[in-house]
Amino acid sequence: MATDIIIHDKKDNVGVVVIEKITPKQDCKCWIMEDDSSTDIQSMDEIPLGHKIAMVDLKEGDTILKYGHDIGKVVKSIKKGEHVHVHNVKTKKW
Amino acid sequence: MEIPKSFLGYKRENGRAGTRNHVIILPVDDISNACAEAVANNIKGTIALPHSYGRLQFGADLELHFRTMIGTGSNPNVAAVIVIGIEPKWTKRIVDGIAKTGKPVEGFHIERTGDIGTVMKASKKAQEFVMWASEKQREECPISDLWISVKCGESDTTSGLASNPTVGNLMDKLEPFGVHLCFGETSELTGAEKVCATRGATKEASDKFMRTWSAYNDFILKEATDDLSESQPTAGNIAGGLTTIEEKAFGNFQKIGNCKFVDVLEPAEEPKKGKGLYFMDTSSAAAECVTLQAAAGFNIHLFPTGQGNIVGNPIEPVIKLTANPLTVKSMGEHIDCDVSKILSREMNLSEAGDELIKTTLKVANGRLTCAEALGHREFVMTKLYRSA
Repeated sequence: MATDIIIHDKKDNVGVVVIEKITPKQDCKCWIMEDDSSTDIQSMDEIPLGHKIAMVDLKEGDTILKYGHDIGKVVKSIKKGEHVHVHNVKTKKW
Repeated sequence: MEIPKSFLGYKRENGRAGTRNHVIILPVDDISNACAEAVANNIKGTIALPHSYGRLQFGADLELHFRTMIGTGSNPNVAAVIVIGIEPKWTKRIVDGIAKTGKPVEGFHIERTGDIGTVMKASKKAQEFVMWASEKQREECPISDLWISVKCGESDTTSGLASNPTVGNLMDKLEPFGVHLCFGETSELTGAEKVCATRGATKEASDKFMRTWSAYNDFILKEATDDLSESQPTAGNIAGGLTTIEEKAFGNFQKIGNCKFVDVLEPAEEPKKGKGLYFMDTSSAAAECVTLQAAAGFNIHLFPTGQGNIVGNPIEPVIKLTANPLTVKSMGEHIDCDVSKILSREMNLSEAGDELIKTTLKVANGRLTCAEALGHREFVMTKLYRSA
């Protein structure tokens, strides 16, 4: 039942850390809200509560999907398990 | 959980019901703040609502000023109003607007009298009003008398995961009982605007939403420098894990549950199409947004936060909820409803929605919110452009 990461939608390529932090090489349990399913991932970085982890390898120009929707573009390639944030993702809007 | 059918409120002359029984001292303009505050200091149980504007405004900006002033005085959480302005004409316009509700209201102008004479006259009337209002008793009112506004602030990813969907769950459960609901934050729907537009109850409502959003977005694009760094998302949002405005928007949007909006309101405009959900064109700044919603007649506010926004309002009680366990731990005195157990999966969304309904009813019945107990009375006028 313990969950380290919550993913909104099955289509999402990022998850949100919901414990105080995860550490590098930690085996994390993920819960997908949309269909109440589970998956696992090993983290690469230390990632604090509320921050995102890449569920797949992402390259520059790729679209980040969360809530099943486009929330921005990758500006620096990201490996599965790495921290996803303002250093590697930007808005497509402003 | 069975939804309570009623709450204990103050019945007003125009058929609305209040969750509070305030007597307010309302300055028309910035230079009348001193007088209003002196009256509120003299007469216990009254509150002054100082603000920064009201001189040399014109056009749509002036209309918004009057709409906010008259709407604030007309809100059912207000029992009676003293209006104080520098000049008689604008003072009278606000008094006449509030008087349409049937509640006691009296105006005073400072020119040719001075502060001291005005404070004396206004204090005598304020004393009469507050003693009259203090006799009012709470009575049983149908739950449909609740007009609930929502706005989130200092959001983080826990807002979109849990506290905003909790508000959405409450909306889904209370909408069938005929409550009025209102969400806003035009700029903060950027990225989710097309999805939001599909939630109009009619094509007219959807089209009006897209026109409203586009106008706000055009304004931001025109005024923005290279980007909106640390404004949207804010530094607090980014610290909490939010990366882009699109991510923030999809989180924000969770607050309306599965409801559809019946109309799009101008800032501070009173809903006229009956019960249900309304979208209001507002800034995403907390105090500005809540002030506009209160001026439109909403009598109780739900405010989900991630990193810990502390905003309150002088007339509309602001209920805070959060799903962020660190915020509960470090800023517990600001949190009325803790839904952090959603993240650890010890609580599901429906249970969280029920908890929020219980908290909302307690506050509607008179329990103070954290923001009220801590003295948060942020009253912030929205200004559209420079004065003449």
